[in-house]
Amino acid sequence: MRVVELAVNKKNISELIVKSRTENLSLIRDFVSNKASAAGLSKEDIENIMLSVDEACTNIIKHAYNSYPDGEIVINLEFNSEKISISIIDHGSTFNPDTVPDPDLQKYYKNGRVGGLGMYLMKTLMDDVKYISVPGEYNKVLLSKKINVA
Amino acid sequence: MAEFSTSIINKGDVSVINLSGYLDAHTAPTLEDNFTDLIDQNKFKIVVNFNDLAYISSAGLGVFMAYIEKIRNNNGDIKLTNMNDKVFNIFDLLGFPLLYEIFKTDEEAVTKFNESSGVGSK
Repeated sequence: MRVVELAVNKKNISELIVKSRTENLSLIRDFVSNKASAAGLSKEDIENIMLSVDEACTNIIKHAYNSYPDGEIVINLEFNSEKISISIIDHGSTFNPDTVPDPDLQKYYKNGRVGGLGMYLMKTLMDDVKYISVPGEYNKVLLSKKINVA
Repeated sequence: MAEFSTSIINKGDVSVINLSGYLDAHTAPTLEDNFTDLIDQNKFKIVVNFNDLAYISSAGLGVFMAYIEKIRNNNGDIKLTNMNDKVFNIFDLLGFPLLYEIFKTDEEAVTKFNESSGVGSK
């Protein structure tokens, strides 16, 4: 694990690099929660961002790295007074988010299997979710949320 | 390291699984094992108490989906209790309240089981 912190032009930037293992999800959530607290977000927003990053990383571990434990996940979190942005990069297999349908609970009920719940949660809980894939090089998930100062 | 643990107590023929801590992709297998063990013992009346659950991700929600049909096919159910607002909100976003009965207390859930089995045995 590696954590890097920078403050550039009033932007706060932090980076966490972890291996693609589900045991690291708690570390990832703690990192997001600590940094997002410094951004002055509400408790509810922090929890929603934490869950969104967990979902993105869980998908990377299970799908991009297909549960291979030694892949790298690079999480970059930055915020200014208006917005918090998180990028999550992996070097696993390419993935096309358009092929993931919205959740269909009736179908899950029949199949006993769920899929796409994490992506749906991310889209619902964040203001913006973007996927960028460069096949053979990297996948990047970009999450952002406006900071509403109370 | 976030912790997750479960404990199971019996209330008559109803099994109550108490969840505690963080339920995510790493800890979900613990709960899967609980459901598998109960099903192996033909215990299909299951209450899950969320009182001490601090966190749930979709990997945790998926566990409830994985066993529900088998359990209902055996005249059982998974009923959920003591859910805080934060956890309920995640269930609600995904439409889970349409599929699962949610009660404030274990007692209400157990009573509901007993009422339904009464009707079924007539």
